[in-house]
Amino acid sequence: MFCLTQHLQHLSDALTQSALQSVITGTVLLEGQVTCSGTHWQFKCSLNLRLCCLLVHRRVSNSPGYYHTADIISTVEFNYSGDLLATGDKGGRVVIFQREQESKNRPLSRGEYNVYSTFQSHEPEFDYLKSLEIEEKINKIRWLPQQNAAHFLLSTNDKTIKLWKISERDKRAEGYNLKDEDGRLRDPFRITSLRVPVLMPMDLMVEASPRRIFANAHTYHINSISVNSDHETYLSADDLRINLWHLEITDRSFNIVDIKPANMEELTEVITAAECHPHQCNVFVYSSSKGTIRLCDMRAAALCDRHSKFFEEPEDPSSRSFFSEIISSISDVKFSHSGRYMMTRDYLSVKVWDLNMENRPVETYQVHEYLRSKLCSLYENDCIFDKFECCWNGSDSAIMTGSYNNFFRMFDRNTRRDITLEASRENSKPRAILKPRKVCTGGKRKKDEISVDSLDFNKKILHTAWHPKENVIAVAATNNLYIFQDKIN
Amino acid sequence: MSACILVFVSTVLGCHYVVRLLPLWLAGHRDRSRPAMFSKGTKRKFSDGEDEMPDDGLAGAKVASSAYSLQRQSLLDMSLIKLQLCHMLVEPNLCRSVLIANTVRQIQEEMTHDGSWQVVSDSLGVEGSPSERLVATEVLCRSPSPSSTLSEQELERDTEPRLYSLVSYDDSSCREEEVVAEVIEDDNEALCSEAASNVCLSGTMSHCWEPGELRVQQNNDDICEDSRLGSGDEDVDVEEEDEDEEEEQEMSQKESKTMGQVFGTFEIKNGSSGSESALEELFSDVDASYYDLDTMLTGMQSTPKIGPYDLLDNLGPSHGPTSIGSTANCRSDLNELDHIMEIIVGS
Repeated sequence: MFCLTQHLQHLSDALTQSALQSVITGTVLLEGQVTCSGTHWQFKCSLNLRLCCLLVHRRVSNSPGYYHTADIISTVEFNYSGDLLATGDKGGRVVIFQREQESKNRPLSRGEYNVYSTFQSHEPEFDYLKSLEIEEKINKIRWLPQQNAAHFLLSTNDKTIKLWKISERDKRAEGYNLKDEDGRLRDPFRITSLRVPVLMPMDLMVEASPRRIFANAHTYHINSISVNSDHETYLSADDLRINLWHLEITDRSFNIVDIKPANMEELTEVITAAECHPHQCNVFVYSSSKGTIRLCDMRAAALCDRHSKFFEEPEDPSSRSFFSEIISSISDVKFSHSGRYMMTRDYLSVKVWDLNMENRPVETYQVHEYLRSKLCSLYENDCIFDKFECCWNGSDSAIMTGSYNNFFRMFDRNTRRDITLEASRENSKPRAILKPRKVCTGGKRKKDEISVDSLDFNKKILHTAWHPKENVIAVAATNNLYIFQDKIN
Repeated sequence: MSACILVFVSTVLGCHYVVRLLPLWLAGHRDRSRPAMFSKGTKRKFSDGEDEMPDDGLAGAKVASSAYSLQRQSLLDMSLIKLQLCHMLVEPNLCRSVLIANTVRQIQEEMTHDGSWQVVSDSLGVEGSPSERLVATEVLCRSPSPSSTLSEQELERDTEPRLYSLVSYDDSSCREEEVVAEVIEDDNEALCSEAASNVCLSGTMSHCWEPGELRVQQNNDDICEDSRLGSGDEDVDVEEEDEDEEEEQEMSQKESKTMGQVFGTFEIKNGSSGSESALEELFSDVDASYYDLDTMLTGMQSTPKIGPYDLLDNLGPSHGPTSIGSTANCRSDLNELDHIMEIIVGS
């Protein structure tokens, strides 16, 4: 069930500023076996995930084995068709991968993602007024639905959102009258005959150009952008405000939510994430650092400070601690594709909410409950402030989120099964059968289990993405991008 | 009751416990209901009135509840340090700052309900053991006759307003007014307060957390109104302009300028107020050493900026509680200050 088909290393021609190593390690079967402590039962996960490709972000100058902090991947996003996968990193660079088409020559190469385009989206800036640097780190990338041959995406750092057009050029006109093949202008008097330029094929060139720059609208750090279902507007959210933009207009935006108190000393809550409803263009939600989600209807008022729905789960008084508020802070909110549910990620759990029920979530999944007793040390080393993201699969039947030690977790909503997998190079060797991981909380540690104390909290998977149609997932671990695929053989 | 006192004094207490605190950081969270449990236990034991009531049990209860307090204290200290240490190049994360500040607030509220800080603030007013008082002022006020009048004044007056007088806060012109106003009020206290000013400053910043609850706050409000109504100060105009500014950096720079003005005012006051030449001489010595002290005590901070006034520059995006972090500096400030004052005064 495992084989190494090809081991390729190549540098993409499309890169201008940096080299990207694309390592394709072949197929490795991950068995879906999970053993739960307490009640011992084994089952096979319905997903057989294999490592499809491992792509490493690396800038040219570095020696192998080390990575620059600028290479750390900060966002991952599939486009609407799933053919393109965009990643942003701390250095302000966007790298887009494209899925290879099926071909009979290389049947096993179906689904490989190769570098399609790379460009520098944001540069570091300096705010002279505050004497502070503005990081070029890409916080979010969101694709626009494709309307023509070109692809459009929005990328944002802390302060500025940019609309990029990625277009292909595989033809070139030859036979101009007024200029040479080199481009030099011809002397008009020298032209004796006229010809019609002919389109000749050329090597594929992918160009990225900034079409719009939406700047100077946010005083605080932008944490979310979300394209509206009308495909004309999008919202951007920072810590205290949410703005609504029109894609064509860069010098104006509407402020639709403002939770900045008149007296900043009274500030106790910030906005942590926001998203537009996938079908209703007047509805959006935003989450807060206090574990609440507010759903707003833009038809109700110009300023949506008053929510239409307020989602909050009552706190369990028995588990109250000094860290209760911090771990309840929501780091990500995502609507389901159907638009009926939404999912929120707080520090220890993922919750699925029915939009029609505000008082509690319909499902709660514990991601790493074993960390609850370690909250003090996690507070000390700041890990408690890590913002994990979560994502739905295409059919809304499964959800995925990341954890520490390069673990990521997937939950099947129908069967209530869950699985813990690891994205690491050591475990992705050819001919190795990867087993799901298990964290042992106390007592005797079984073989292949990892104890909580030996978890590496520097290896965190914050960003994951699921293909909109197929069982292909992208997992970002520091500067490595793992793409796993479910292949039925 | 003054939250500023709470923070400051808890830091004072904290420096005595700092060694013991470290192991508890990893101990995990304790059940919040524990202190209540233990206090119930002790009450029961008292009412029993049995002599053979185990002292161990009492001691055990006390140890456990004090262990919880210690852990809570360590968490408070850790939070304050986190608020203080922020990246100077990039704007600090507002969400993180807010969460830490809320945690500190929660701890303070719990300490309020427990009555822990009540004990602490009581010990401030009473001439208790040196460990529980502001060490600097204690040393000063114990000094021989020339400053005995001073010490009486010191004891008479509530120390709170003095601590409070040095407060300076972002986008609040009211409080900056207070700074100037309080200073003008204080005449002879300048001596004591200056010695303590370094350490008191950061403690005062937290006062704004619980407005209305503080006795001192009311004082301030009155002063604020007076100064607002009465004065056509330049300060007022400048501050009102700046009130609309959201730029934290400018505010903090202005604050440090104001603080510089305050400190300058102090100097002037000191020069003219000392009726005794010995005091003047004493005070002029302290002036110089203060600046040197500030230069020396850069070890605690993560930035090369020096002195408590410069800590204002560290304030996060217009969020008040970040200024609390400077209390962490007070600990070493206190010790050094104590040592130096002992040399100057004690000899």
